[in-house]
Amino acid sequence: MIKAILIFNNHGKPRLTRFYQYFAEDMQQQIIRETFHLVSKRDDNVCNFLEGGSLIGGSDYKLIYRHYATLYFVFCVDSSESELGILDLIQVFVETLDKCFENVCELDLIFHVDKVHYILQEVVMGGMVLETNMNEIVAQVEVQSRMEKSEGGLSAAPARAVSAVKNMNLPEIPRNINIGDINIKVPSLSPF
Amino acid sequence: MALKKVKGSIDRIFDKNLQDLVRGIRNHKDDEVKAKYISTCIDEIKQELKQENISVKANAVCKLTYLQMLGYDISWAAFNIVEVMSSSKFTYKRMGYLAASQSFHDGTDVIMLTTNQIRKDLNSPNQYDTGVALTGLSCFVTPDLSRDLANDIMTLMSHTKPYIRKKAVLIMYKVFLKYPESLRPAFPRLKEKLDDPDPGVQSAAVNVICELARRNPKNYLSLAPLFFKLMTSSTNNWVLIKIIKLFGALTPLEPRLGKKLIEPLTNLIHSTSAMSLLYECVNTVIAVLISLSTGMPNHSASIQLCVQKLRILIEDSDQNLKYLGLLAMSKILKTHPKSVQSHKDLILQCLDDKDESIRLRALDLLYGMVSKKNLMEIVKKLMLHVDKAEGTTYRDELLTKIIDICSQSNYQYITNFEWYISILVELTRLEGTRHGHLIASQMLDVAVRVKAIRGFAVSQMALLLDSAPLLSGNMQRKGICEVLYAAAWICGEFSEYLEDPVQTLEAMLRPKVSTLPGHIQAVYVQNAAKLFAAVLRNGQQGSQEGAAVQETIQLLTDQLPIFVQSADLEVQERASCFLQLVKYIQKLQQKDVDVGEEVTALFAGELNPVAPKAQKKVPVPEGLDLDAWINDPPSEPESEDEKSKSAFAKEEPQQPRQRHREVDEKELARRREERKQEQANNPFYIKGSTPAPKGYQDTMGVEHIPVVQIDLSVPLKVPGMATSDKYVKIEEERRKRDRAEKGKKKEKKKKREKRSRGDRRNESGPESEEDIRPAQTVDIVTEEMPENALPSDDEDRDPNDPYRALDIDLDKPLAESETLPVRKHRAPDPVKSPAEDGEKPEAPQELKKKSKKEKREKEKKEEKKSKEEKKKKKHRHEAEEDPAGEKEKAPPPAPEMEAVQSPSKSKQEVPPASAPAEDLDFWLSNEPVPSKSQEAVVATSKSTTEEPADPGQGSDIEDAKSSKHKKKKQKKEKEEKEKKKKKQHRVPNQEEEESVQNGTVEEEEDPLPPMSNYCLLAENTYIKMVCDVQGNLQDSSRVVVSVIFENKSSSFLKSMEFNVLDSLNAKLQRPEGAGPHDSLSVPFQLPPGVSNEARFVFSVQSIVMPQKLKGTLTFIVKSDDGSSHEKLDFKLHFTCTSYLTTTPCYSDAYAKLLESADMKGSSARLQGVGLPFQHLLAKICFHHHFSVVEKINSCASLYSRSIQGHHICLLVKYTDQTVTIDAKCDESSLLGNLLDEIKLTFSQS
Repeated sequence: MIKAILIFNNHGKPRLTRFYQYFAEDMQQQIIRETFHLVSKRDDNVCNFLEGGSLIGGSDYKLIYRHYATLYFVFCVDSSESELGILDLIQVFVETLDKCFENVCELDLIFHVDKVHYILQEVVMGGMVLETNMNEIVAQVEVQSRMEKSEGGLSAAPARAVSAVKNMNLPEIPRNINIGDINIKVPSLSPF
Repeated sequence: MALKKVKGSIDRIFDKNLQDLVRGIRNHKDDEVKAKYISTCIDEIKQELKQENISVKANAVCKLTYLQMLGYDISWAAFNIVEVMSSSKFTYKRMGYLAASQSFHDGTDVIMLTTNQIRKDLNSPNQYDTGVALTGLSCFVTPDLSRDLANDIMTLMSHTKPYIRKKAVLIMYKVFLKYPESLRPAFPRLKEKLDDPDPGVQSAAVNVICELARRNPKNYLSLAPLFFKLMTSSTNNWVLIKIIKLFGALTPLEPRLGKKLIEPLTNLIHSTSAMSLLYECVNTVIAVLISLSTGMPNHSASIQLCVQKLRILIEDSDQNLKYLGLLAMSKILKTHPKSVQSHKDLILQCLDDKDESIRLRALDLLYGMVSKKNLMEIVKKLMLHVDKAEGTTYRDELLTKIIDICSQSNYQYITNFEWYISILVELTRLEGTRHGHLIASQMLDVAVRVKAIRGFAVSQMALLLDSAPLLSGNMQRKGICEVLYAAAWICGEFSEYLEDPVQTLEAMLRPKVSTLPGHIQAVYVQNAAKLFAAVLRNGQQGSQEGAAVQETIQLLTDQLPIFVQSADLEVQERASCFLQLVKYIQKLQQKDVDVGEEVTALFAGELNPVAPKAQKKVPVPEGLDLDAWINDPPSEPESEDEKSKSAFAKEEPQQPRQRHREVDEKELARRREERKQEQANNPFYIKGSTPAPKGYQDTMGVEHIPVVQIDLSVPLKVPGMATSDKYVKIEEERRKRDRAEKGKKKEKKKKREKRSRGDRRNESGPESEEDIRPAQTVDIVTEEMPENALPSDDEDRDPNDPYRALDIDLDKPLAESETLPVRKHRAPDPVKSPAEDGEKPEAPQELKKKSKKEKREKEKKEEKKSKEEKKKKKHRHEAEEDPAGEKEKAPPPAPEMEAVQSPSKSKQEVPPASAPAEDLDFWLSNEPVPSKSQEAVVATSKSTTEEPADPGQGSDIEDAKSSKHKKKKQKKEKEEKEKKKKKQHRVPNQEEEESVQNGTVEEEEDPLPPMSNYCLLAENTYIKMVCDVQGNLQDSSRVVVSVIFENKSSSFLKSMEFNVLDSLNAKLQRPEGAGPHDSLSVPFQLPPGVSNEARFVFSVQSIVMPQKLKGTLTFIVKSDDGSSHEKLDFKLHFTCTSYLTTTPCYSDAYAKLLESADMKGSSARLQGVGLPFQHLLAKICFHHHFSVVEKINSCASLYSRSIQGHHICLLVKYTDQTVTIDAKCDESSLLGNLLDEIKLTFSQS
């Protein structure tokens, strides 16, 4: 079973949190902080498994993570999951994100966290691995986003039309969007 | 109204969407400003949620979900989330479910409101609505929701869309957890899903069952054959990994399973290229080897293989593999330490790795690798690492590991305790360690338990105390000063070994001591008293000593006041007591009264270690009820409690006293007397007022331990602090000398060894190590346990384990009461079966309006049938003379539940309770373990493998055999030897049989004759090849050919190469880079008499026609005379049957299929079939990969599917030895060929 999936950036800012076991919000934040603390001090050339982390788990649990450019993808799993399998699953997930967002970068995750959730839902369900075939995942995600489009999306057309006007009134037009090359480079790893 | 709407949409223009919110938050860099901004946003969201427009609400909920991630509590919006969930638009619904899955939990009260909404979504015609609901539900399912929705979810498990099926299967695990009662009714269907045509669904089912089985493995043992089959046929690595992990959990329960697994697992290890799979295989092989405690010779090969593969992993540059390799290695270590010890170099090398997790793993390994021989060496290396280590955490870890390694299993590996004490002393010099306490407890433990070392320990501790002031500045900060606690105690307690007690006493009373923590000072004071007693005792011996006593008294009266002023109460109290004692003694001494003995008596008696669980294990004496009141319970406990709470504390003690007085004085006296008697007889009662006998008194336990004084080969007195290094040398010399001595004085040694062995509890080291005699007489005083201690070790089990509820026997037949609760409109009719009545008209309302009528009719039929069946069963029960009355009492297998699950299955008999277990035994007994039942089985199989005879004949043979058994045992043994060969390729046959059970009807009366699809491919004097061709479910153009090679000769066969001449239509799949005519090498060699199976994959384009391929097998025969190259030609026959895959189908789907226009019909007649209908069906199902959809009397409908998705429907009627088969298929030529093949099957038999 997967107990939690966390995505945060190099500064520990959460980009997606998905707990498959209930934790109160402040506990969730504490877990994120602790996990970030554990993971961020590790070099890139050390192994991707971590035992411990007192908040989540216990001895049966492991943190398995991968670091892509500015983001950490961390899965907290118990001993029924294969370590190498989960590493591959993270790779599949990131590759899927890459396909769905076309060259995914941190900004995609920042502004479309809901979409990332929907993609994740096709990979892992309730803490169990649902699908590992990337094409199947992408196909299901696309069918559903087409359905959403046909319904007009969450904030439908009128709101978008005026958003331009709205932005003119705002003094703070986002300046920090250009953070250089933050694309998550998905290295092509040897297949599973 | 209209105006309101317009106003609403105008307002919406200024609403923020998620992107605006995120942007806004990002623009407010400062934390305070950001918090302010977010709180205004939350206010806006609250406004938006008040609007009627659902899209506004959805947008607001979307923003809330984002805020939840940032740590804001959004539980106040739970009701709005439910509103959004119930929107009819997919976009909003999905948003709502996402928000719910992020924020709902068992305590969310609005969850109650969602039941109907979720049910509606689950049954929605849009598969994505259903999918979204399932996904959401998987995160917030509660016990109530599970109970109410279990049945709907179970229906979804046979949804037409695999997308829904796999989700429904996965969520069942969550439902089981929350509502354990659902496990048994739902399990049969879950099991069915293991054979689902969609690999995703199959994988989900494997996932769920593995998860269940991991918690309660014993209930799932009976599924082992099924999983075994999956393991050998699946190509999906995810599924394989899960199954292999599951087997790892099952093998400890069933060693026979392990034996069966070794071979396929080792094959996988050799063949797979996926590291993850390789790793899991190695892990499971290790688990198997652990479970097979009796080391069979060929298993050492598997161990070697594992260790060798792990070494490759550890040597890999990928840190992940290195880490996992070490992890797995530590598992091997537990049972096969020797095979790991040979890789000590590698592991020590890992200690230098830059990755801390790897270093820690390596340390773990070292823990298990030590032996008496290498302990000193390993610890020496570790000490070097301690010096080198950079971070304190890692250094602390090293320190604890050193101590763990040395102290493990009762100091089993320590041969020289002086060395260990000096290691401990060296460790105290470490800067900045947090583990002073650990070192201290080790010192105490060793000093108390190893008597012979006390002298040495005391001398070292005295030195430590002496040098304490030098270190104390450092010590105090870091907690290493804890060791002084141990040092002071040891010096005090064993003061008789002290060289110069006065000097030590001085060291303990230095003014600097008062800077130490209170509890250590207290120990100092107390032990100073003990030392003083020792000085007094010595003082009696001579006048010269008398002066020393006077000096000591002076010293004490000078120094103790410092402690009397201490802020620590404990120190103060002890010091003032001691000071008064000293003053009193001083007075007595002036009167020339000899007080030495009396003072010594104050500290008499020896402390023995008590086992940690000793207290728990004291048995409760008979007749003692710990819960009963000793006196009558107070009459008004409640009001008194209230009083005492509100009243002043003064009053409290008076109340109970008054109550006690009520008890009769005489009665009290009598009881007191009784109690005293009892205490006197009870060895465990600590007597308060025993007068201390003179001198040191040994307790019972110690007296019984023979203390042998050995002339120590190492000088006990060490000038200055000991260094551990020299002990390594000394030890080596000692061992040499020992060896020499041993040769000379065999007789003397015998005695000694016997004793020392008797003293030690764990003497399980490798044989050669027993020769190493410990330097000291290591009478480790075993921990005391009360007599007749309870031998229970169950304490460790956690009663609150949530998975305990799922510990449910799944093999028992379902009882009638075990159905999933179903929503009902009316009160259920008690006569009808509740499940059927309730569910059917309700659940799929929207889904199948058209087929409703049909369904109703069918249901009626079904009900009738199930009733009929009940009647039948009754008849049978009456007819059978049931020897065991229990059987009748047991609830009859409930057909009702089955009926709900799948109409097709309702006609099947639920197998009797013991069947699965028997199956398992049968399946497992294929190993060469001679047993009667197996013998019989082999006998029948022998007669039936080539030619499946009719059951009468089969059972006759069986009968004959079993009677033979009784008469001619010797003959049987001979036969057995012959059969061993056969047994080996019966393994796959068994697997096939499993599928028969799945696909067809089981009847209790006529056991099905064993069948095999393996047919002879070719044979010569050296080798026999039999093969089976099967379609691959996961790929529409692939066929897997399993070939069993059997070595018939007495020579060794090797370098087997398999080649087939490809046709246009069918091609052998060769590895990349190989030419179209290259042959494939068979991945094993065959020793004489052995058979093994290999699989070859063919790609096929058209499957409507059967075809034959020519091929050759070349191999080298190696015998004593030399080797020769041999060749065997064969013809591989791809029948149309081999393109079919057994696929279950439900009758409603089947009916639809038959109605569709593009199905073409055909029929066939078979005459003179002597088989009972039952067996006929089984045969068709087995040999032609069909599954029974429905069976009524002597008429049955069957279904199968080709790997390219052609549907084939058969209607088989049977009258008077004539079988008519009406068939429909969407590909007529395939159908024609298939019918021909079926005819052929029956004409052969």
